[in-house]
Amino acid sequence: MKKTMMGNYAASWGAQLSRVQVIAAYPITPQTLIVEKLSDIVADGELKAKFIKVESEHSAMAACIGASSTGARAYTATSAQGLALMHEMLHWAGLARLPIVMANVNRAMAPGWSIWADQNDSLSQRDTGWMSIFSSSAQDILDSTIISYKVSEKVLLPTLISFDAFFLSHTVEVVDMPEQELVDKFLPPYKPEYKMDVNDPRSFGALTDEQYYYEFRYKMQEAMDQAIDVIKETCREYEEITGRHYDLIHAYRCEDADMIMVTSGTIAETTNVTVDTLREEGHKVGNLQIRYIRPYPKKDILAAIGGAKKLAVIDRNISPGYSGIFSQELKSALYNEIDIPVRSYIAGLGGRDVKIEDIKDIAYNALEHDEPNDLIWKGVKK
Amino acid sequence: MRLTIPEQEIMSPGHLACQGCGGSLAMRYALKIFGKDTMLTIPACCWAVIDGPYPYTAVNVPLFHTAFETAAIMASGIKAGLEVQGNTSTNVIAWAGDGGTFDIGMQAISGAAERNDDITYIVYDNEAYMNTGIQRSSATPHGAWTTTTPVKHYKKGPKKNMVEIMAAHRIPYTATASVGYPEDLRKKLERAKNTKGFKFIHILAPCPTGWKTDPRYTVKLAKLAVQTNIFPLYEIEDGLHYKQNMKIKERKPIKEYFKYQGRFKHLPEDEVSYLQDQVDKNFEILSLKFE
Repeated sequence: MKKTMMGNYAASWGAQLSRVQVIAAYPITPQTLIVEKLSDIVADGELKAKFIKVESEHSAMAACIGASSTGARAYTATSAQGLALMHEMLHWAGLARLPIVMANVNRAMAPGWSIWADQNDSLSQRDTGWMSIFSSSAQDILDSTIISYKVSEKVLLPTLISFDAFFLSHTVEVVDMPEQELVDKFLPPYKPEYKMDVNDPRSFGALTDEQYYYEFRYKMQEAMDQAIDVIKETCREYEEITGRHYDLIHAYRCEDADMIMVTSGTIAETTNVTVDTLREEGHKVGNLQIRYIRPYPKKDILAAIGGAKKLAVIDRNISPGYSGIFSQELKSALYNEIDIPVRSYIAGLGGRDVKIEDIKDIAYNALEHDEPNDLIWKGVKK
Repeated sequence: MRLTIPEQEIMSPGHLACQGCGGSLAMRYALKIFGKDTMLTIPACCWAVIDGPYPYTAVNVPLFHTAFETAAIMASGIKAGLEVQGNTSTNVIAWAGDGGTFDIGMQAISGAAERNDDITYIVYDNEAYMNTGIQRSSATPHGAWTTTTPVKHYKKGPKKNMVEIMAAHRIPYTATASVGYPEDLRKKLERAKNTKGFKFIHILAPCPTGWKTDPRYTVKLAKLAVQTNIFPLYEIEDGLHYKQNMKIKERKPIKEYFKYQGRFKHLPEDEVSYLQDQVDKNFEILSLKFE
């Protein structure tokens, strides 16, 4: 059934279709609509779930961890400062291997107070043991929520689904909602092998010395490695029932491209359109959209780059003192594998709009220069 | 007097508590009363260690170890997870020390209490961060030595009144208890077990290591704290109805309580008499509330 909806509501309905059982959330702009909608859905009895209206995001994540440890499917949503406040509990969820799914509306970190798009919030959580997706459409958000529960519950790692503030959270798009029966067949109830159970009393997360801790980390890495195949397999299954294709990356017109732009989030969608225009002008360019930053789809990325001669990365984030984070990740993937120049661009921090013309400028700059660069700040006022 | 403490032992003896630990005594009684259909969540505190390292456990009920400030909300999350799966009977207990309750855990406790989540919050109060090495908390009493309030700068200012703070949330049940009076503790644990909504029990749990006392005096000190009116035993229904559970005919001087404890031995005479006044005044104010 096709419906028009904002990106935020696509997250709410994705959670509803996934039949989440415990929701715990705290308000933060621009995420609020997600949980407001879920409040209505739960209050109207359309979803059999407990909604804990917590007093902080730290508690939101803690409540999800508690619920998930009993075998319940748990969900929350947040943004920026809220995600940062959760940081300690993100590690907890990851190391406790609990398949929680969370939406994060990408918003710039303060100060100054900003409620606009910027990926630094979720990228600061990169090493917490969560699988991490950057969605680029409302449809992507809804589908990713459903797919992520299935993947997370298989590999026992939580998933963070991030999408740009306002450009996506508050933009109305047409979304094809799968029928509930279809989703139920795809995503059966969560039945963990181990959970809090009075008939099988165990202690979870006890004092762990170096004899064991090291192996916990090893197993987490193993699960991340396995997740790559599980994501692909789950996306294939999802495509069979919905006809919609997803993968860890989305390569657009990359096959014969001489120069490939590497993007994520809503910038990726704009870049696809830009690529069409540039192709009309005779430039053989493509766009490689990175959807998952964890697990990092290195093999897929190398395959998609193929015989391209140059890469241009656009980052809506910055690791101050070095460079854009997608750019760093890409360079580390290329090292010892493919020797081509990577040009790195920062754009759109704090929600500054990145238009087709901006991406065109970046493409022209990359086309003109064959040498790698560390960083170019697109449109910065000096 | 007929003894009513259940014979069943749920907690195993092979735990890691120090000799004379009041906190382990408290857990032993709590599990006797709450029984096997119970889940625990424990934040950073002595009990995070006492239960034993992975893969061991001494409590023999499911236990989720959690972050310092999250005991209350973790219990709420566990309860919600159970309820949504149709289990409304299992008791969920947040079990935390005074640091995780009076200090860093305060926000989550207040949230869970305001929502009246159906959990029991038990603080075993040993009046400092004993597990990390005896640093002061806001439960440390005036006058006490700790490693962050050395003798030259001993703790000044009264202990935070956590019971009044919880009562102000108008929760169904709030109580104080002492490991020195297990029959009274049993009643309170049972009351909590059979009450819906948020329950808060504040148990005084002497700590030989941190209080610099002989382990054999743990029960004696837990009694003396009550007999001196330093730690009166009472309960509060709905945050409004105060009931004294043990009337002390002739209160003992606080000196009686202090003399067994190394943490107070530096106190000058005038400070002790100031504290005696404070204890008497506090009890007078509290007495006005007893129905």
